[in-house]
Amino acid sequence: MDLPTLWFALAITCWVLFFVLEGFDFGVGVLAGALGRDDHERGAGVSTIGPVWDGNEVWLVAAVGVTFAAFPDWYAALMSGLYLPFVLILLVLAARGVALEFRGKGGTEAWRRWCDGVLAASSLVVAALWGAVLGVLATGLALGADGEVVGAGLGRSLAPLVSGPALLGAALGVGAALLQGATFLGLRTTGPVRARARTAALGVLAPVAVLVALVAPMGLVAVAVVAVLVALRREVLAFAAASVAVALGVVAVLAAHLPVVLPSTLDPAFSLTVGSAAASPGALQLITIAAVVVLPGVVAYQAFSYWVFRRRVASERVAS
Amino acid sequence: MTALELSRLQFAVVTVYHYLFVPLSISLASLTALLQTLAFRSTKRSGAASPEADGRTGDPRWQRLTLVAGKLLMITFAVGIVTGLVQEFQFGLSWSAFARFYGDVFGPTLAIEGMLAFFLEATFLGLWWFGADRLRPALHLATIWIVAIGTLISAYVILAANAFMQNPVAYTLDPATGRARLGSFADLLTNEVVLAAFPHTIAGAFAGGGALVLAIGVHRLRRGDPDGRWRLFTRVGAWTTFAAGAAVALTGDLLGKVMTAVQPMKMAAAEALYATQAGAPFSLFAVGAPGETEPFFSLDVPWLLSFLATGDPTATVQGIDDLQAQYVAQFGPGDYVPVVPMAYWSFRFMIGFGVLATMVAAWVLWRTRKGRQLDPGPGLPGLADRWLLRLLWTVPVLPALAATAGWLFTETARQPWLVFGLFRTADGVSPGLTPIELVASLAGFALVYGVLAVVWVRLVLRVAHTAGDDPAPAPAPDDTDRPLVPSY
Ligand code: HDD
Ligand code: HEM
Ligand code: HEM
Repeated sequence: MDLPTLWFALAITCWVLFFVLEGFDFGVGVLAGALGRDDHERGAGVSTIGPVWDGNEVWLVAAVGVTFAAFPDWYAALMSGLYLPFVLILLVLAARGVALEFRGKGGTEAWRRWCDGVLAASSLVVAALWGAVLGVLATGLALGADGEVVGAGLGRSLAPLVSGPALLGAALGVGAALLQGATFLGLRTTGPVRARARTAALGVLAPVAVLVALVAPMGLVAVAVVAVLVALRREVLAFAAASVAVALGVVAVLAAHLPVVLPSTLDPAFSLTVGSAAASPGALQLITIAAVVVLPGVVAYQAFSYWVFRRRVASERVAS
Repeated sequence: MTALELSRLQFAVVTVYHYLFVPLSISLASLTALLQTLAFRSTKRSGAASPEADGRTGDPRWQRLTLVAGKLLMITFAVGIVTGLVQEFQFGLSWSAFARFYGDVFGPTLAIEGMLAFFLEATFLGLWWFGADRLRPALHLATIWIVAIGTLISAYVILAANAFMQNPVAYTLDPATGRARLGSFADLLTNEVVLAAFPHTIAGAFAGGGALVLAIGVHRLRRGDPDGRWRLFTRVGAWTTFAAGAAVALTGDLLGKVMTAVQPMKMAAAEALYATQAGAPFSLFAVGAPGETEPFFSLDVPWLLSFLATGDPTATVQGIDDLQAQYVAQFGPGDYVPVVPMAYWSFRFMIGFGVLATMVAAWVLWRTRKGRQLDPGPGLPGLADRWLLRLLWTVPVLPALAATAGWLFTETARQPWLVFGLFRTADGVSPGLTPIELVASLAGFALVYGVLAVVWVRLVLRVAHTAGDDPAPAPAPDDTDRPLVPSY
């Protein structure tokens, strides 16, 4: 395998890790408020991701960084082409991040309610936006000869978001996040929230199945596996299966057009390929060394962090 | 406005905003680690000597102060994270031509920063804040030190990327595409500009964090201080800002000499020095715009500029007019002079606000020396003193203004270059981008960042008013949401 191909695989790995890890973060963000009936229960839900969400979000930093490093042209075309969608994602992620971090630091219950509301709304919107972006990428962008999306005004970068694939992607993004979030909450909580999380997981399965049937009927196998595992109360496996399904979906979208990394809908000649978008061999060698040295350590200490916070969070009130 | 102007405005707003929080994150991480180390050592030394201490807390004052600094760190870090994420995208969003040109150098730098530093910071900060009652004390202490080291690594790497823009090194130009290609990464990391800019920036960061600690300490000190903990806090902050102020001046002087060598135009603009001059004076203050022409009044210190720029009071310092002629000969026709009043005044604001913060810190140290109390009592050392005390809450603003002015100077006085001598700002903007998209995004940033600023200030004020009083010695992850039942 040559270096650009290796880095295409590594970049996709980073994106997949981001979508899987933040997928359940987003789902929990929506569901913690919905499934918790009081301040304490909502807090329990948020606590399941409190210590780890930022580490998960850094996979986005890594994915963007690696895309930039290995394929500067891909990064440049993608970001400037989907300018407003990405600005929107960033603004919503900003609201989400501070809602999570500030929740416990305002002192009053009213404040926490506010933060829970912002967290739920932003998690929902951002899951939909990422889903839409993936939907757009499945078909490509209106790239011109210079690798820039052509068009004028707000529609240039916003129009792709209201296309059919984008809307389907948005719905699937929300569905996938909710499924992951519900199975994760089932895995990480006790008491009423755990019970409701299971109900929620069963509830979103049907609409997700319909969407998957529209997009990729083969994916129904994965949905069925998750459904069976949830029904059997195999919580660990159900969450794992939902995550694997998300991972496969992301790979299917990003690697669908290989060796094209970003298809142009105007003219195939304008599409960016693994070869044409890649950085120089020197730069690729450098990040290869860095990745080999650094990433195993990252995975190890992130795993350690999940292990430290492995206990379930109690959502029932315990008399003290 | 054109897409170019709007892109520049947006970059400036968004980056300066990020940099309001970055220095506080850097310095508060180290200060928190330091306080927790003191708490840890007092535990080991005292065992459970004091009645309030259980074997874990030792001198409870350090433990509480650790929690105060830690809360400030958590609140600040959150804003740093979400605004930093925007930075990661910005080069592609509105500077895609620049990203293509510079991607080979900047992409790996950014990717390595993420892998090496941000994972460390994010993961270990979570472990530190939520892990107080799950990790052994020594391991818990290690997590906050790892966070502190992570912030320093990320600062270094991003400053190295910026240093390339100030003084491009370690690259070749691809003959086919005209793009920069990464040469030696080691050379990129040892750019003489980053070697000088890193200590300077870090010193500036500590001036900021120290001032925040000082202000909160003084505020609480004046409301009573039975066990002396706020006095400790105040003095930790004051010493930090004082020492950092000295370091900032020393390293800034060094940085100025490097800059004079690599970007003489920038330093000439900083002095509004039009004519090349031997034994050039340093202008402290000018009346009349030091702009198109000479100012009509300028308070000068003779020979100082020559000395600052080169270390020799009689050396010749090149002026703007000569440099412009030289650049035209070198790079072709064009205007190579940055906006001189901007450079002149931002440079002075940076130094001025920094010196002011250092003086305040020195004054607080003097007033609290050898167990003295701060509050002057009725009529004692005079009205001025009391006003100073009342105004002390504004100290943290000073280093923030200094740092902002410093960056405005650094980045605007490099114009018209984005990468000095290599790539013009006007060529960097995303070719497809339309002004209306930029107006929309700027409005979005203004709204969200505005709300963030208000919330951040409110939460910091809450910490300033109430933190440190709570009896719980260990950082509670959340007021209510402690996991209660360990089970599977
Ligand atoms: C002098 C230091 C410095 C400078 C010049 C910058 N940053 Fe920064 N940045 C930090 C020092 C820092 C930090 C102290 O390490 C932060 C603050 C809070 C945090 O999470 O880390 C951070 C946060 C932060 C994050 C979020 C990391 C996370 O999620 O934990 C990103 C992606 C960036 N920055 C990227 C950038 C980029 C692309 C910059 C260039 C314009 C930039 N920063 C300027
Ligand atoms: C964190 C500290 C930084 C601050 C506060 C800062 C500030 C600024 C400001 C004020 C501008 C606008 C200048 C103008 O009006 O022309 C600017 C421009 C710019 N800076 Fe920086 N900068 C910082 C670091 C960096 C770094 C580390 C990089 C990249 C490696 C960078 C890249 C740019 C780019 C691409 C522009 C736009 C082009 C321009 O107008 O010059 N900056 N920055
Ligand atoms: C007291 C004397 C000071 C001197 C002589 C000084 C000198 C300088 C010089 C020459 C530069 C330009 C470097 C460049 O063009 O890249 C600079 C930049 C900067 N200064 Fe200072 N400075 C001083 C104080 C401060 C203070 C008090 C702060 C903040 C607390 C500060 C923060 C900065 C920052 C953030 C930059 C831009 C980053 C960089 O490239 O270093 N400076 N300073």
